[in-house]
Amino acid sequence: MSKPNLPSEEAKSLYWRKNLTWLGILLSIWFVVSYGCGILFVDQLDKIRIPGTGFKLGFWFAQQGSIYVFLVLIGVYVVVMNRLDRQLLGGEQD
Amino acid sequence: MDVRYWTYILVGLTFALYIGIAIWSRAGSTKEFYVAGGGVPSIANGMATAADWMSAASFISMAGIISFAGRDGSVYLMGWTGGYVLLALLLAPYLRRFGKFTVPDFIGDRYYSRLARFVAVICAIFVSFTYVAGQMRGVGVVFSRFLEVDVNTGVIIGMVIVLFYAVLGGMKGITYTQVAQYCVLIFAFMVPAIFLSFQMTGNPVPQIGMGGEYLDTGMPLLEKLDGLSEELGFNTYTEGQKSTFDVFCITAALMCGTAGLPHVIVRFYTVKKASAARTSALWALLFIAILYTTAPAIAVFARVNLLKTVSETSYTEVPEWFKNWEDSELIAWVDKNGDGKIQYNGDGAAFAALEGDPKFIPRFKGKRDDAERGEFGERLLENPPTDGTNELYIDRDIIVLANPEIGQLPNWVIALVAAGGLAAALSTAAGLLLVISTSVAHDLVKKTFVPGLSEKSELILARCAAAAAVIVAGYFGINPPGFVAEVVAFAFGLAASSFFPAIILGIFSKRTTMQGVIAGMISGLTFTASYIIYFKFINAGGTLWWGISPEGIGTVGMLVNFVVTILVSLATPHPPQEIRDLVDRVRLPRAAFGEEDAGPVDH
Repeated sequence: MSKPNLPSEEAKSLYWRKNLTWLGILLSIWFVVSYGCGILFVDQLDKIRIPGTGFKLGFWFAQQGSIYVFLVLIGVYVVVMNRLDRQLLGGEQD
Repeated sequence: MDVRYWTYILVGLTFALYIGIAIWSRAGSTKEFYVAGGGVPSIANGMATAADWMSAASFISMAGIISFAGRDGSVYLMGWTGGYVLLALLLAPYLRRFGKFTVPDFIGDRYYSRLARFVAVICAIFVSFTYVAGQMRGVGVVFSRFLEVDVNTGVIIGMVIVLFYAVLGGMKGITYTQVAQYCVLIFAFMVPAIFLSFQMTGNPVPQIGMGGEYLDTGMPLLEKLDGLSEELGFNTYTEGQKSTFDVFCITAALMCGTAGLPHVIVRFYTVKKASAARTSALWALLFIAILYTTAPAIAVFARVNLLKTVSETSYTEVPEWFKNWEDSELIAWVDKNGDGKIQYNGDGAAFAALEGDPKFIPRFKGKRDDAERGEFGERLLENPPTDGTNELYIDRDIIVLANPEIGQLPNWVIALVAAGGLAAALSTAAGLLLVISTSVAHDLVKKTFVPGLSEKSELILARCAAAAAVIVAGYFGINPPGFVAEVVAFAFGLAASSFFPAIILGIFSKRTTMQGVIAGMISGLTFTASYIIYFKFINAGGTLWWGISPEGIGTVGMLVNFVVTILVSLATPHPPQEIRDLVDRVRLPRAAFGEEDAGPVDH
């Protein structure tokens, strides 16, 4: 197998900037869902009831919803980083 | 068949399985011992990580804590899973690319300082020991109740098993054993939950059943529980009691504290490629989430059943499990008004703590077999009763273990829960023991005192260290320090206020210097430790600063650490060029530098 060309300095710094952007987006959602919906605004959200269930919305976020969102966040991270890696390494699977 | 025989059979079978796996996967090199040779498939690694992460606390205690705390219990659910997100996004990928075995390795190299490495090793060992002692106690509780052996015998059996496969198999043995343990523990956790959910709401999925309708009355289960709680003078289940700010701080301290747990970070080294490490992180959170979303459902089912079964029931008619757990000294009843009925309500504790007891526990008169008993056959207490009308004490740890009995499920389910609790405790204990042995053999001896140590002697040393660690942990399991809960709070606060900022800044800021990080770790640690020691031991019950409980102060300590590290770094000269290059390299995949990504390098 021939070695792929090493990425340029520019490509490397682009990779890092994109990485930071994605971290920013994912961690903002992480914060809003757990600290926002589950803690800070839980009482306001509790006034809403999830239709068809006995869950108050804030309570549901605190004990169920936040965990599902965390799972989705890591899923998105896996997909995004795999794509970034491919872009950086010129189409090579790592 | 009797519960006891079922328990012997199921526990015996699972133990035989663990030992068989350990023999099949013995470790031959330090790399196999520390990181399983770096070639474990993603799903298997995800299961092992999940088993490692979910300790006896997650399996045995968490649902019980939530059951008694209601919405305030969410701090553990969000804290422990949210911390996992931080770990997977901010720490694990970079530590992995850095390519050494341990967190102290990273701190020592990134901050070009032996002092920093030494501080990190001490923290890692302290955090791990605190944890292991808790696991051993969990093993003891399970054995004493289900196999009716002495707690001490139970701990010793647990020690022998862990010793056998951790010392023999190293990380490789532990990883494959943990895969088996995950399967056992999740099966054991889900079966009673599914039974109960179906029994109470007609829906077999506990996550949905929790929000469903209670079949007995047709009203939503949570509403029923809120009503029952209020009727008996307890706090409304779905409303919080702690201040929003305190809940915020505790959650943050738990998240950042768990993100720095050394036994989980090392898990990301056991797969071949960085992309596989990410995939296994996803699998692990999926496996963790199954238990973590079921736990609050179990909490609700158990609470409703408990309030309905026990309150205003006369002692002579209580179900068998009540008396069994009373014999195990985890339930206590004081018949204050002499009516022979159990008054269980929110009017204070049933009795006062004895003078000199470090925490609130019942002290029974006489031992299990020759206990002093009262008029109705209940066990008598040394503790003086209080003025409140509440007569019942229930240890939170029994909720998960007693749940199948409370819900009148078949005997094999009860035995299964016992095997699951043991699997959870043993898997975490083994992972932690490995961290301790690595820290001692690799970080402390090889990197600090005897640099020329050969691989063979290092492996022998690592095995001896693991063996010594099991014995120390067993000692703490048999003689638990009265302040286990306090020490656990301490461990999280400590990890959050020391490791977490040091690792984050080490990766995301090239400007962070050795002086900065040492000053930061010391000030964060000192602040957090002083606050906890002051409000837990010296002036317990004093007015807290800004209403933050000691469990949450790690968050403030972490901010102190961040601020001090940044300020001192700005005032000191830039780190040397090779350190800045090192940081550049951990930020990108290894392949970007034309290197193979094959896990950690040998030393």
